[in-house]
Amino acid sequence: MSDSSLDNLPKGWKSVPNDLGSDQTAFKGVQWGKAMMWIFLLSDTFIFSCFLISYMKGRASTVVDWPNTSHVFSLDFMGVPVPLLLIAIMTFVLITSSGTMALAVKYGYEKNRKMCGRLILATAIGGLIFVGMQAFEWSKLIHEGVRPWSNPFGAGQFGSYFFMITGFHGTHVSIGVIFLFIFARKVYRGDFDTGKRGFFTTMKSDYVSIEILGLYWHFVDLVWVFIFAFFYLW
Amino acid sequence: MSDEYEHKLEAKSDYAGDASSVSTPDIDAVPDAELPDQELYHSHSWWTTYVFSQDAKYIGIQYALTAIGTGLLGLVLSWLMRIQLAWPGLGWLEPSSYYQFVTMHGMIMVVYLLTALFLGGFGNLLIPLMCGARDMAFPYVNMLSYWAFVVAVVVLLASFFVPGGPTGAGWTLYPPQAITAGTPGYNGGIILMLISLILFVAGFTMGGLNYIITVLQLRARGMTLMRLPLTIWGIFTATVLAMFAFPALLVGCLMMTLDSLLGTSFFMPAMVSLGETLTHEGGSPILFQHLFWFFGHPEVYIVALPAFGIVSDLLSVHSRKTIFGYRMMVWAIVGIGALSFFVWAHHMYVSGMNPWFGFFFATTTLIIAVPTAIKVYNWILTLWRGNIVLSLPMLFSLGFIVTFLNGGLTGLFLGNVTVDVPLSDTYFVVAHFHMVMGIAPILVVFGAIYHWYPLVTGRMMNETLGKIHFWITFIGSYAIYFPMHYQGFVGVPRRYYEIYDSPYIDVSTLLLNKFITIAVLIVGAAQLLFLYNLFASARLGKKAEKNPWKANSLEWQTPQMPPEHGNWGKEPPKVYRWPYDFSVPGAKEDYIPQNQPPSEIIGAKVEKT
Repeated sequence: MSDSSLDNLPKGWKSVPNDLGSDQTAFKGVQWGKAMMWIFLLSDTFIFSCFLISYMKGRASTVVDWPNTSHVFSLDFMGVPVPLLLIAIMTFVLITSSGTMALAVKYGYEKNRKMCGRLILATAIGGLIFVGMQAFEWSKLIHEGVRPWSNPFGAGQFGSYFFMITGFHGTHVSIGVIFLFIFARKVYRGDFDTGKRGFFTTMKSDYVSIEILGLYWHFVDLVWVFIFAFFYLW
Repeated sequence: MSDEYEHKLEAKSDYAGDASSVSTPDIDAVPDAELPDQELYHSHSWWTTYVFSQDAKYIGIQYALTAIGTGLLGLVLSWLMRIQLAWPGLGWLEPSSYYQFVTMHGMIMVVYLLTALFLGGFGNLLIPLMCGARDMAFPYVNMLSYWAFVVAVVVLLASFFVPGGPTGAGWTLYPPQAITAGTPGYNGGIILMLISLILFVAGFTMGGLNYIITVLQLRARGMTLMRLPLTIWGIFTATVLAMFAFPALLVGCLMMTLDSLLGTSFFMPAMVSLGETLTHEGGSPILFQHLFWFFGHPEVYIVALPAFGIVSDLLSVHSRKTIFGYRMMVWAIVGIGALSFFVWAHHMYVSGMNPWFGFFFATTTLIIAVPTAIKVYNWILTLWRGNIVLSLPMLFSLGFIVTFLNGGLTGLFLGNVTVDVPLSDTYFVVAHFHMVMGIAPILVVFGAIYHWYPLVTGRMMNETLGKIHFWITFIGSYAIYFPMHYQGFVGVPRRYYEIYDSPYIDVSTLLLNKFITIAVLIVGAAQLLFLYNLFASARLGKKAEKNPWKANSLEWQTPQMPPEHGNWGKEPPKVYRWPYDFSVPGAKEDYIPQNQPPSEIIGAKVEKT
């Protein structure tokens, strides 16, 4: 559908009954892949919700007290334990990478290959730094004796939920980083300008893919905000 | 549609279709195509055509055959279990094998047969055809979905060959017993089961995204949501349910895998096992039950909603009558789907949760009976004064209505806390869920296979064999499950490996167990007749004419039958109406296909849809 015919459609709430009552597409002008990513993320939201609700239930019903999180997660900085230091940096890096991703999408649609590629790379590096710091935090906790089945600070479920949920989130970030690097290469090679066909799918490349990857990346960041709140601030 | 929009259409009237038609061209107008014609993947080798196929029709058949094959194993397992129950003195099965067979039978039938067959099989075959698309939105992902399913099945079957055998925890896999010594397969089979389920969920998610996007974004010109066949509404809503219910199963499986492999205590309380205190401490077994049933209850509707949708279409086509209350049917499907997320704890009345919680869930459970009853009334009213043809699909559909009603009514018993508590874990429960989500959907599956077989093979299935198959299956199922209701009332517990003569068990139970087992063996054997019919008819069956049932929906309107790659030849269809215009006064034929332009049926009193 060309942009001009999209402009003629009703706006705001009126568009909802109009689009749902129409033929062909329910989301007007939305590329299939983008709609798919939204629905996938909705499903993924349910996965993370199940994780976090289980965590709340688990934490509420342990027989031993939950560890003091501001103590467990503190980092020694020049001899002084600073709570939340590492996590604050991690969160800052991840949220910043969301910003660079948004800019990459913008430059992508402007066909500014160079800027788009650079920003995707910046996003990927932000993600890598995040994963690296997470690995550091994991190894620090493991050094202190925290294990998935037990830990010296309190209820054994602390380690179980912590490693499982941050691990699941970290896997999401890592998959995102891999795709960011692949897409950076594609952008530099000019696949999205020439419409080069995908190696597996044999379908034409399009800059909308960057926006779809961006959706995933923002989602992963958003989930981190919740994990941050539930694990580090509670 | 707004008046403004229709104005716009009229302004573009010179565009519409055949100049040769006698009428004014206006009335045949459909909105412009929003997207360019779908680009297709074309296979170049035997492997990419038949094995790693990216054509939704092939994938549908692959899914269906794999699911039926796995289901056959489930059927054989039920034979073995029933022989043990009827003649406990024979020592036919070890207790552990009995529990393993119960578990595998349940999981295979619910997940690997019915879910995969309805959504993967019928979904892939029918969604693109009925929506008027050339294929699914993402054929490559669709292919991955099927192969992930195959791997899941292989992992599941592999559990028969690991030391200790498959898990015997029951299909609900409740911890702590599922991963504690004393339960068969507690350290090998259960892990494979959990991994297999995780793979299934991953594979299904890939397929489900395809089904949802195809229904929402790939419909033909003129195909509004309210012109979709109810089959599509059923499969679509079930897919949405699955996308939101499977996450809970995935999380539960992942956590139990960690409990078993790493020694975490998500679900494991402090326990003494074989005289030794286990290292687990402080976990919550009931948390797993909540996660499992948050998946498990929608799962019932993931199986039931496609059956509801398909049976609505079969009833309408084979009684040559408009479906009664189409919009009500659609809203009932959507409403049941939404409500199904608020009833899960009615499976947990005796789990030890707060009883007041149970009353909340009893209320929501009874509310869900309202849209369900609307559907049953509408099916009956569709038949009312219809021109009922007792073809095979119709017979099975009628069988479905009766069976579903039966199973639904016993559901009202079990949905009430006070009635459920004494009936819990008896054969009454077994009878209830087999009637409502075993036999009822399976009857629809058979009806649907007899109905759409010509679409796949171009030949009809043998009518006589089919009728024998129907009557044995239908009467046989009642012979199996009616006595179980009685057994439940007299208090026979389920999941007992042998029920022998004792002061607590009435002698009638022992006789009925023998009777039921004989019925099971006969009904099972009748399915071999069906299988013969299924495979032999592909070669020997009578050649089907085009649109053999004179149906309106798009899948029968393809230029070739069976449809070729890309389904629609040069141009995708244009849709002018819903698929239920049967026996319209003033029309030449008793059916008006969805893609027949209004100019060809002038004089017919069609409803505006």
